[in-house]
Amino acid sequence: MSEKSVTVRNLTMSFKEVQAVKGISFEVARGEVFGLVGPDGAGKTTTMRILAAILTPDSGEAQILGLSSATEREKIHDRIAYMSQRFGLYQDLTVEENMEFYADMYGVKRSELKASMDKLLDWSGLTQFRSRPAGKLSGGMKQKLGLACALIHTPELLLLDEPTNGVDPVSRKEFWNLLYKLVDEGLTIIMTTAYLDEAERCHSLAFMDRGKITARGTPEEIVDLIPGGVLKFNSDNPFEESNRITESTEAVSTVFGSQVHVMGNIKEEEIERSIDRKPDIIRSRGSVEDAFVYLSEIETDHG
Amino acid sequence: MVKQEEKKQEQPAVVIDHLTKKFGDFTAVDDISFTVNKGEIFGFLGANGAGKSTTIRMLCGILKPTSGRGIVGGVDISKTPEKVKTFIGYMSQKFSLYDDLTIQENLNFFAGIYGVKDRKAAVKRAVISAGLTGKEKKITGSLPVGWKQRLSLASALMHEPAILFLDEPTSGVDPITRRKFWETIRSISQKGTTVFVTTHYMLEAEYCDRLSIMRAGKVIALGTPGELKQMNHKNSLEEVFVSLVQEEAVQ
Repeated sequence: MSEKSVTVRNLTMSFKEVQAVKGISFEVARGEVFGLVGPDGAGKTTTMRILAAILTPDSGEAQILGLSSATEREKIHDRIAYMSQRFGLYQDLTVEENMEFYADMYGVKRSELKASMDKLLDWSGLTQFRSRPAGKLSGGMKQKLGLACALIHTPELLLLDEPTNGVDPVSRKEFWNLLYKLVDEGLTIIMTTAYLDEAERCHSLAFMDRGKITARGTPEEIVDLIPGGVLKFNSDNPFEESNRITESTEAVSTVFGSQVHVMGNIKEEEIERSIDRKPDIIRSRGSVEDAFVYLSEIETDHG
Repeated sequence: MVKQEEKKQEQPAVVIDHLTKKFGDFTAVDDISFTVNKGEIFGFLGANGAGKSTTIRMLCGILKPTSGRGIVGGVDISKTPEKVKTFIGYMSQKFSLYDDLTIQENLNFFAGIYGVKDRKAAVKRAVISAGLTGKEKKITGSLPVGWKQRLSLASALMHEPAILFLDEPTSGVDPITRRKFWETIRSISQKGTTVFVTTHYMLEAEYCDRLSIMRAGKVIALGTPGELKQMNHKNSLEEVFVSLVQEEAVQ
């Protein structure tokens, strides 16, 4: 696992006066699912486009499968797949025709196409729908077809930019099962997501905020960055009580349904004082979502 | 929470009674019944293609039901669908904003559509409520997702609707933006607006007062987030959803 699929060093990228990426460095091991998470506008999509060798960075370097993203674009494109939220499927072409189209675009040899296509159809469960127009597939199936098309040239690295937006939980679960099967075969996956329950499924994570990476590690390590864990209690007015805690203490507070989550070296008594009542407070380990809120708020306060 | 008790005494905001919609041989919505109380945040969950959008389009007076009855804000959706549109607000995941117009121009446009009387005052109020003061002249297309979301919500609330329909309102926004959005929704509902929301994200469903889960045109579960977890002996709504929807699929 020590072999690196991607190595990024001091990458920067600006658009006019906006510096979208401010000197980031990270490595992704071969066969790993790596999640890039962070608030909107953090620079995640820009980073993904540099990794896909679509954008050239202003400075720093990105080695993709041992190739330079600045000078060996074509070679990188032959060996990676990039799937953005708006993956282009031809609605009036059938499942098979869409796959053939992408195969031709990637220059897959016709002699190899059939085997590759059969394998992907079987893997995605689309075999029985191979003659159906893409426009007539359900949302979850369209997404699987998009992925099958992206993989038609057997890439070694798959880049997914928010792949599960607007997909229901059952289809999302199936999508993840498919991703894990690919990883078992040695594929490396780098993905961005706004949904942090999904980030828990990655092997390792990087938190990005305003162009910088502010934390890195496994999901467990990221959760451990919340000092003292998370204090949780139920509330009839969760937003109001959460705001009162934020205003009167140094702690970071957030709302999860009807529960208030409080983080950052705070005692139960301080919570009781700020909300003027004694709820049943449970101290427990947080989630990646809690850690995200904690890290973002800490950055905002002190950064 | 005293207010919650009072709310229940009032007439329900939405009454659905054996509502059915067929497209040819296909039954998209199959005999569903439930009520939504005034000021309630009602979550409408289901797999892609379960019949959620069809139901919402009927409730908004866009689609005519095949049979059954739907009363929205006291108005029968089959008899006078045009009346429904005057007191509902609708915000979709695509935001329905004009990207090449400024913030102010978008709000002005929606105020016009909704027939708001004092347009200038309404636009001003909307800018403040969306936290976009000083940004009125910015072009909408160039705004961050979180701002677009707030602008879209402000547009949908321009005419102070009694019932607000939100169709996957936070698709693709980060957790902090999402939480702020829900804080706003909560305060809107506390002022008496009923909120009807669809989502695929179970962390978001936790913010709803009550939830219904649809599959293949039918409502297969209805209750508070806590009740649904308890009834199905699961720790998370995600597990509840997956077990119910998959179980049904097997049958």
